[in-house]
Amino acid sequence: MSAAEDVVTEAPAVEAVPKRAMTLGTGTSLLVLAALLIAPVFVKNFIIFQMTMLLIYGLAVLALNILTGGSGQFSLGQSAFYAVGAYTTAVLLEHFNVNYALTLPVAGVVCFGFGYLFGKPALRLSGVYLALATFALATAMPQLLKLNVIEHWTGGVQGLVVTKPDAPFGLPMSQDMWLYYFTLIVTLAIYIFAVNLLRSRSGRAFMAIRDNEIAASAMGVDVALYKTLAFGVSAGITGVAGGLSAIAVQFVAPDSYTFLLAISLFLGMVVGGVGWLPGSFVGAAFIIFVPNMAESISKGLSGAVFGVMLFLVIYLVPHGARQVALLVQRKPSGGR
Amino acid sequence: MELFTNQVLAGIATGAIYACMALAVVMIYQAIDHLNFAQGEMAMFSTFISWQLMQWGVSYWAAFIITLAFSFVAGIAIERILFKPLAKAPVLTNVAGFIALFAIINSSAGLIWDFTIKQYPTPFGSSPFLGSQLISTHQAGMIGVTVLLLLGLYFFFQYTRIGLAMRAAASVPESARLVGINTSWMIALGWGMATAIGSIAGMLIAPVVFLEPNMMGGVLIYGFAAAVLGGLSSPFGAVVGGFLVGVFENLAGTYIPGVGNELKLPIALALIISVLVVKPAGLFGRHIVKRV
Repeated sequence: MSAAEDVVTEAPAVEAVPKRAMTLGTGTSLLVLAALLIAPVFVKNFIIFQMTMLLIYGLAVLALNILTGGSGQFSLGQSAFYAVGAYTTAVLLEHFNVNYALTLPVAGVVCFGFGYLFGKPALRLSGVYLALATFALATAMPQLLKLNVIEHWTGGVQGLVVTKPDAPFGLPMSQDMWLYYFTLIVTLAIYIFAVNLLRSRSGRAFMAIRDNEIAASAMGVDVALYKTLAFGVSAGITGVAGGLSAIAVQFVAPDSYTFLLAISLFLGMVVGGVGWLPGSFVGAAFIIFVPNMAESISKGLSGAVFGVMLFLVIYLVPHGARQVALLVQRKPSGGR
Repeated sequence: MELFTNQVLAGIATGAIYACMALAVVMIYQAIDHLNFAQGEMAMFSTFISWQLMQWGVSYWAAFIITLAFSFVAGIAIERILFKPLAKAPVLTNVAGFIALFAIINSSAGLIWDFTIKQYPTPFGSSPFLGSQLISTHQAGMIGVTVLLLLGLYFFFQYTRIGLAMRAAASVPESARLVGINTSWMIALGWGMATAIGSIAGMLIAPVVFLEPNMMGGVLIYGFAAAVLGGLSSPFGAVVGGFLVGVFENLAGTYIPGVGNELKLPIALALIISVLVVKPAGLFGRHIVKRV
């Protein structure tokens, strides 16, 4: 067994988890959905904005989850795809006056292509080597966005300002609230797509590769194709999340998409539970709210407080939120 | 031509630091199969300790030795307290642990010593080395210390019982345990040594990049790159990788038009990835055949 390959093969494996555990049960799902639908009516605009961001980050973490939890590949470069998505949307909105809803599929397709092309040479790399390659992508992206050649489109260091859309059909809603519902619809659609993807033939191919690449290829799975496909799909979803974020934040600039963003998304995945799709949103909540909490506990030591909280989480529940969910689900048997 | 030689020599000097970091990274990687993302912050903290000692009037070399001892003990303590409980946890959880450690050390150093840039003394002086215009005495000293360190480590691993036991524990833990090696303590020892090596790298580069809590960010990235380029299973490769990355980074910054300081890092990383695509295990890494 090689050390380098261990990293990939063992990483997402959580033993003895039934297939159903990949998602929430129907009842729970409906409850969560109802809560998500009703909540904005009762809260202030700022909280609605934060909930929108939670859904957006959740989508990006979900994308990483498909890549790592699904196909066992490890990426520290998701911020690059997020940036490409955000810029695609911003450029289409500001330079071509395309309808905001139409920019998202374009962002998704552009990022799918980008991720697929990146996945090709990355095929030969695994584990830490792949981590370094994706990491290089993440560090290069802010610099590339600042290049003079494309400054006319991207606005260079200054970035681009994006206008927020109004609610359609004269619905009596604030812009924030409409954007929240719009994001919710997109998130739901992609979530359902992701669940079905992982249950489909392709999803099983991903998981076969994750569990044992050689055995998978012996069974006739086209390893190269499915690995690049996983990269493409993950990048595409990240791109849509990036596009949504551009609309929600109303601003894109190269320095919003640094390596730190990639790290946050990675932490979100670990905290939520690798390979457990609903966990993505729990993880997103962690990376949005815990730094704020840490800041309010101690300004000077916010990084340390954040670190300690992260340590607490991984000591108590090494498998993330998924472990908590499993404990609740199977209380009678007491197993995990 | 003078510019070229100059840049190559400067590259070798910074390469020496990357080599030290890469070596520290490989030491821990060999012991526990994880990349330590907090390595640079640990080195930064050690460098601050030595700076603080010197502020209190301790002489350079005394501070150097005390810092080495402190780093060694601190490395062992971190392994025992924080990472031993995670040994059985999933790999990605461990990575999250390293990121948490990074945040804790960085933020604490910022609180204790604040974020202003501090001067750090060099024991070698910064006059031209042996009357040559090409290289300063500090750069020569950096290369010298690195070479000494490498020789010392080589003899330690090749000719001492503990060195042998550590190699055994890293390569086949089960068999090592059967012949009576305390593998758990060998891992802790690896952490201690890696932390000490990292602190040497920190103290050597501090006069160049100045002392502040974020000083090791860039250095660690190059250290990783060097380790991966040379092959994570080969300490020798890590060192060669360090020098290669140092030289290449300097040459790319000087000669490729439009690169400058901003794009130096992405270009260096792009080169490394191109090498990896051709040789996935790194230049000197072992090729591993995987059993089904």
